[in-house]
Amino acid sequence: MILLAYVLMGIGTAFQILGVLSLYRFPDLYTRAHGTTMCTTLGSISLYLGIIVYCFYSFSFQWVSFSFHVLFLLVFLMLTGAAGTHAVTRAAHKSGIMPVGSFDKLKEDENV
Amino acid sequence: MDKNGDGIMVFLNYIALLLSITVLVSLVRVLAGPTVPDRLIGLDAANTLVVALFVIFALIHKELIYIDIAIIYATLAFVFTLYIAKYLEGKK
Repeated sequence: MILLAYVLMGIGTAFQILGVLSLYRFPDLYTRAHGTTMCTTLGSISLYLGIIVYCFYSFSFQWVSFSFHVLFLLVFLMLTGAAGTHAVTRAAHKSGIMPVGSFDKLKEDENV
Repeated sequence: MDKNGDGIMVFLNYIALLLSITVLVSLVRVLAGPTVPDRLIGLDAANTLVVALFVIFALIHKELIYIDIAIIYATLAFVFTLYIAKYLEGKK
């Protein structure tokens, strides 16, 4: 049980490091936003699940309250992380920043 | 309280060190981004990492109030991101 907590926390930290690394290894705003948001959200979810597993392992009344607070934060993060990045990239596309590549499907849909 | 508390406390301290380094690395993108949405994406990643760091510190120091601070910080970061995105929209 404690080994599961270690593994989940390790996976979460590794994904967050990969997400920050993807801020520098992509050529474009949209690919950067995609990689960073998905990796940091998944890393945070895995880290919080590891913390919840550790809290249920060391069982007492305060730690149950702790794990419910962490669970609320996890659900809130799943709702808001993707929504914020979608708003930023939509504003960037409307202000005329083009992706690297040969086609832009959203612009074609708006013209039709 | 728990059977092997020392091992996981050392592990949590290493995780906090790595997350602090990643927060600093993502703030370099905020300083050196070519466009304004690039800076905003870097700041959003830094906010997510800071919330995770709050939770790790709450588990290290055994304080429940840090989780509430992390929830308020995440809410304010989301509102900030949406506000700047609405400000940038439609600007050439």
